Amino acid sequence: MTQPLLRLSGVHTHIGAYHILHGVDLEVPRGALTMLLGRNGVGKSTTLRTIMRLWQATQGSIVMNGLDLTKMSTPDIAALGVAYVPENMGIFSDLTVQENMFLAARSARNMAQIDRARLEWIFSLFPALDRFWNYPAGKLSGGQKQMLAVARAIVEPRQLLIVDEPSKGLAPAIVKNMIEAFDQLKKTGTTILLVEQNLSFAQALGDYVAVMDGGRVVHAGGMAEFSADSALQHQLLGLAL
Amino acid sequence: MRALSQKFDWKPLALVPVLALLVLPFTGSVSTWITLTVAGLAMGMIIFVIASGLTLVFGLMDVLNFGHGVFITLGAFVATTVLGAMPLWSGSTEWFYNLCAIGLTMLVAMLVAGAVGAVFERLIVRPVYGQHLKQILITMGGMIIGEELIKVLWGPQQIALALPQGLHGSYLWGDAAIEKFRLLAVVVGVLVFVVLVWVLNRTKIGLLIRAGVQDREMVEALGYRIRRLFIGVFVAGSALAGLGGVLWGLYQQNVTTQLGAEVNVLVFIVIIMGGLGSTSGALLGALLVGLMANYTGYIAPMAALFSNIALMVAVLLWRPQGIYPVVYR
Repeated sequence: MTQPLLRLSGVHTHIGAYHILHGVDLEVPRGALTMLLGRNGVGKSTTLRTIMRLWQATQGSIVMNGLDLTKMSTPDIAALGVAYVPENMGIFSDLTVQENMFLAARSARNMAQIDRARLEWIFSLFPALDRFWNYPAGKLSGGQKQMLAVARAIVEPRQLLIVDEPSKGLAPAIVKNMIEAFDQLKKTGTTILLVEQNLSFAQALGDYVAVMDGGRVVHAGGMAEFSADSALQHQLLGLAL
Repeated sequence: MRALSQKFDWKPLALVPVLALLVLPFTGSVSTWITLTVAGLAMGMIIFVIASGLTLVFGLMDVLNFGHGVFITLGAFVATTVLGAMPLWSGSTEWFYNLCAIGLTMLVAMLVAGAVGAVFERLIVRPVYGQHLKQILITMGGMIIGEELIKVLWGPQQIALALPQGLHGSYLWGDAAIEKFRLLAVVVGVLVFVVLVWVLNRTKIGLLIRAGVQDREMVEALGYRIRRLFIGVFVAGSALAGLGGVLWGLYQQNVTTQLGAEVNVLVFIVIIMGGLGSTSGALLGALLVGLMANYTGYIAPMAALFSNIALMVAVLLWRPQGIYPVVYR
């Protein structure tokens, strides 16, 4: 495993009266795609939200490049180069596709300052966004919204991309498009942490895998080894890849 | 290709002419109808100026600021002092000096209301973010304290707020009389609307406000500090209320400490009817309320307040989230 960009150690998170994360230990290797798997309700999304400090970790540390993210605010974490795509996609439905992208391009003071070459690259990954550029994001289909959510996260180079279930509810053709897009992203050397329920999606893209159960990581290793061990898959996920 | 673009929802725009035309047979004459319609539009524009800030505060910050009225009152009282200090300009028969006096009065009222708004946000609103019941109670309490402080500074009595000399009287168009001040109110309202629409649609700050109205958490996750936006919007909303207070005071030509609380009812009807967080919705809602108040005030005075509540109910039955909904809560 390469040097981790992000390391979670003994992270606990409470939401109101509920104790959701029970000491998560997780390493996200630099320049690779790590899949975070697990059954529903085991704390995957909470882990991502805790990294972004959308939920406050009540115990433990989250360190990226020597900085403890638990002591930073959400905007400061984003400013470090962490992009987050939530499960609900977080699209600003009243704004156009262009305006959504403009807000994500923090360094751009006006529309013209969005990196044109990078935009063309994004359009090559998601051609629909070019076509619906001036269209209200709320009127896009579910798949197009997911494309916009991912495109928004990569409109500028980021150190770490955190994505929560990008294939959720999408048609097979769109899922294939997403796999190709993430494959292209991997080639740029972006570090990616991805929560997924679609196991074939996970197998197609993952370099590393971490499996959660009961609010903690119960398995971590290479995706190739995990894919080859159907007994382990059955034990941890209740089914095989 | 980029061929597909946003389509504007034009249907609600028909409400204003439909309401105006429906009332025409009951006004007795076309000239009366024109007078009432222009007066209603002017009143609507003043209400819009006041409501535009509150709808953003409500939409973006999810703050039920029942203390908004105190900034309206403050603006009106500041106007009595500033305008009273410029008798030569406001008493001049030359339009230029009258407009300078009005412009300066509006600027000072906005600055004072904005500054007090910043203090109000820090001391009263910030401790109760996300707690609606406490917001209602504490902002109403804040308004009562604000009104009492205004009484301490300006006295408890009603103060006359005379129009500058050049704004007295009316233009006659046939038998219809159109008051000069009402035309000024329409111009100021249109200017505020244009500036707000420009800021909200053409600047990054504006886009962030619109985005924050929909999903505050995501704005933070993109790297922007929503708290600073909150303060900025609250101050701008207070300043606009101060500006509206100047216009309302000049419209009534006298100022009392209850002025803000009286207008508050209409303002809340407007922002609920317009759709939380929506500037265009607030404009349409304000115009409808202004027209309805003037028409019923003439045709059936006893039904004046009830008519606006009935109008709101009718609009919400058609569009339960308001005319142009931005926020769904």
